[in-house]
Amino acid sequence: MTILFVLIVVSALVSSLFLAAFIWSVKTGQFDDSYTPSVRMLFDDMPTEKPKTTNPTEKSKSNNTKSITNSND
Amino acid sequence: MYTYYEMDKNPGVRVDEHEFGNKFAYLDNEEIKEKLFEFKDGDFSKITLYIPAIHCSSCIWLLEHLNTLHPGISHSMVQFIKKEVSVTFKEKEISLRQLVELLASIHYTPLITLDNMDEKSKKKESRQLLFKLGVAGFAFGNIMMWSLPEYFAGEQGIEPALQRFFNFLNLLLAIPVLIYSARDYLLSAFKNLQHGVANTDLPISVGIIALFSQSVYEILSNTGSGYMDSFTGFIFFLLIGKWYQNKTYQALAFDRDYKSYFPIAITKIVNGVEEIIQIKNLKKDDRILVRHHELIPVDAVLVKGVANIDYSFVTGESNPVQKLINEPIYAGGKQMGEAIELIVNKTIDQSSLTKLWNQSEGGIEAKETLNNFVDRISKWFTIVILSIATLTMLTWFFIDAPRAISIFTAVLIVACPCALALSIPFSYGNSMRIFGKRGFYIKNTQVIENLSKINTIVFDKTGTLTQSNAVNVSFGGKEELSNDQLSFVKSLARQSTHPLSVTLSQHLANMDSYQLQNFKEIAGKGVQASIDGHQIRLGSATYINIPEAQDRAGASKVYISIDGVYLGYFSFENRYREGIEGLINRLQKKYAVHLVSGDNDGERERLLKWFHHKENVHFNQNPDDKLQYIRSLQDEGKNVLMIGDGLNDAGGLAQSDTGITIADDIYNFSPACDGILESNRFHNLYKYLKFSKSSVNIVKISFLISLIYNIIGLGFAVSGLLTPIVAAILMPISSVSVVLFVSIATTVMAYISDKSS
Repeated sequence: MTILFVLIVVSALVSSLFLAAFIWSVKTGQFDDSYTPSVRMLFDDMPTEKPKTTNPTEKSKSNNTKSITNSND
Repeated sequence: MYTYYEMDKNPGVRVDEHEFGNKFAYLDNEEIKEKLFEFKDGDFSKITLYIPAIHCSSCIWLLEHLNTLHPGISHSMVQFIKKEVSVTFKEKEISLRQLVELLASIHYTPLITLDNMDEKSKKKESRQLLFKLGVAGFAFGNIMMWSLPEYFAGEQGIEPALQRFFNFLNLLLAIPVLIYSARDYLLSAFKNLQHGVANTDLPISVGIIALFSQSVYEILSNTGSGYMDSFTGFIFFLLIGKWYQNKTYQALAFDRDYKSYFPIAITKIVNGVEEIIQIKNLKKDDRILVRHHELIPVDAVLVKGVANIDYSFVTGESNPVQKLINEPIYAGGKQMGEAIELIVNKTIDQSSLTKLWNQSEGGIEAKETLNNFVDRISKWFTIVILSIATLTMLTWFFIDAPRAISIFTAVLIVACPCALALSIPFSYGNSMRIFGKRGFYIKNTQVIENLSKINTIVFDKTGTLTQSNAVNVSFGGKEELSNDQLSFVKSLARQSTHPLSVTLSQHLANMDSYQLQNFKEIAGKGVQASIDGHQIRLGSATYINIPEAQDRAGASKVYISIDGVYLGYFSFENRYREGIEGLINRLQKKYAVHLVSGDNDGERERLLKWFHHKENVHFNQNPDDKLQYIRSLQDEGKNVLMIGDGLNDAGGLAQSDTGITIADDIYNFSPACDGILESNRFHNLYKYLKFSKSSVNIVKISFLISLIYNIIGLGFAVSGLLTPIVAAILMPISSVSVVLFVSIATTVMAYISDKSS
């Protein structure tokens, strides 16, 4: 029977991990915006090769092969 | 999508090489920058900008790929609902001003106003609630798990050592729930008690404390297992209700004041040199420069240039007013045309507009503290419960003295108005969502209750009853103009920036255009030019040089003469919104309907046909008159609903018991109000008023239901039979049934209201 005591403490610890995860997710703003991420995931990645068509805007020309790092902060 | 933009010559990304002049020069000011930045760390700076133009998923894509447009931008992220973009960039490579100009050049002009300069604390609050909810939910789940064995153990119970272990774990988890999650309720009850007021939080707090202390006593004295499951569950449900109720429309702002309209900085002229300073640093006798389309932030006197001031912000009247040198100009106007120079008369917080605002501010606060229906009930509820509890305790004192105290707490526990506390958040929260789906966005749930009490409605005219952007153009003259003549008029009108000319040229869009010669515009008077040897003049009656004959006061007119011969005039009339007549008719059956218009009485005849009571229709009302008018109605004991649209109604909206703004685009600026109604749903207003009444009735019925549960519970408690399991069953049943009832009932009522015509 004593194993029960240990298991209960373990289960409490495991569930507190979830609480910690929840608090972390709120703190990092994951609940702030429930719409944008759903759209963002549908965007295509940047093509790795330079497209054949010439780019009309000079501004973006020099940078369009640069990869986008989209970290969520 | 990336290739889409590349292949098609960037159709969405039209990078215009705009000249912004000094429009964003103030962003180079260190002091201003300091306040706008979210943080600055070494090379990197982060700023969050509000961009009203965000409207589709392509906007998100484009704004999140700003780094392809400029290498100095390292990262940008959009919050679509709030229409905000957070940009992290290297200030060495792209200055804030360049960044904003880049955004403006791709037509995502950020809106930077005085409001941005204030600290933001709203975000933190909503997170606090989520933390509290998380803690309570965590405790509730675990405690429920540890309490279940006891429920099903039957007569012999579970092993005593294990039971004690469970009890102590429960106690351990319940402490943070009491101290952290339930803090708001306890504090609010305590504060109100200090002021001698009883609100709903009082009976809730009494219940919470009774539940908790009884449980602690039982656990520590090893006489029972306490009610920690009910306790944490109760807090958890309460917080869910609060969260449901608090979910507001993030992109809409209901508490805007003049700060949201005013720019941050203005050009000041010191010894002939232009200098950009913050508006709040403006002093009396400063000389300021105001360019085309810039807002005049303070009361000032014109010293140079021709002022054509558009006061539509303040009065709702869109025709510019011409001002001459040495004339005073009041804050809130927008200069149209050439740059003018002014000498400051009053600082920003003493200007007429700001004063009007601050005057009505008291009204807003008074509204918040209005005793609502529940608070009134709560007082009696608490008194009755406490007396029942005391009576029961005294009775038990004679029957079985040792049990008297525990039965006293049992009564308090069971009387805790759990269902009562949940019915309001869920029914009003649901009603608020129902309104939102039908184009009516309200500030908070209290508005529903205020709406149900309305008995007097006050309308504004311009922009509210009438459409703000559409006018009827009609021609008046001896004979109709020929096509050639119309083409002449159009060619001339399209050269002028005067609003009436713009409207006129749009009206005549189908006509041909001619080349103009000797074009001349005299601001505030009219325009003239020669076409094919004909001399064309458009403008006011004095400019055309005709006596103002048979002139119907009110309607705006543009007179025309060709080769010195007066031909007639175009008149511009406001177009009324669809269904307005029907709406006013319907409303007049149940409510007293008034009209206060900032305009002249040009349309009196038409309006008197709609409004049955002549004495309720008023014209030429300035913003302060509107406020006073509503105040006088309130002094007669009336509950006033004000419906307006512009800053000129701000005072009235704030003073009224409920203020609703009509908006063509709900994300546009609207003055501080309780609700924003989409203009195309305006004709449904009476339905919304009726529905608010149904919502309040549903809450009243749900109170009856929860009262029945309370009486049943009290039966158990008074007779000393309340065990943890009874409490654990009764509490969720009563809560869930009440929540279900109010949610279903409000949805059904909304359906019925939609069906009725």
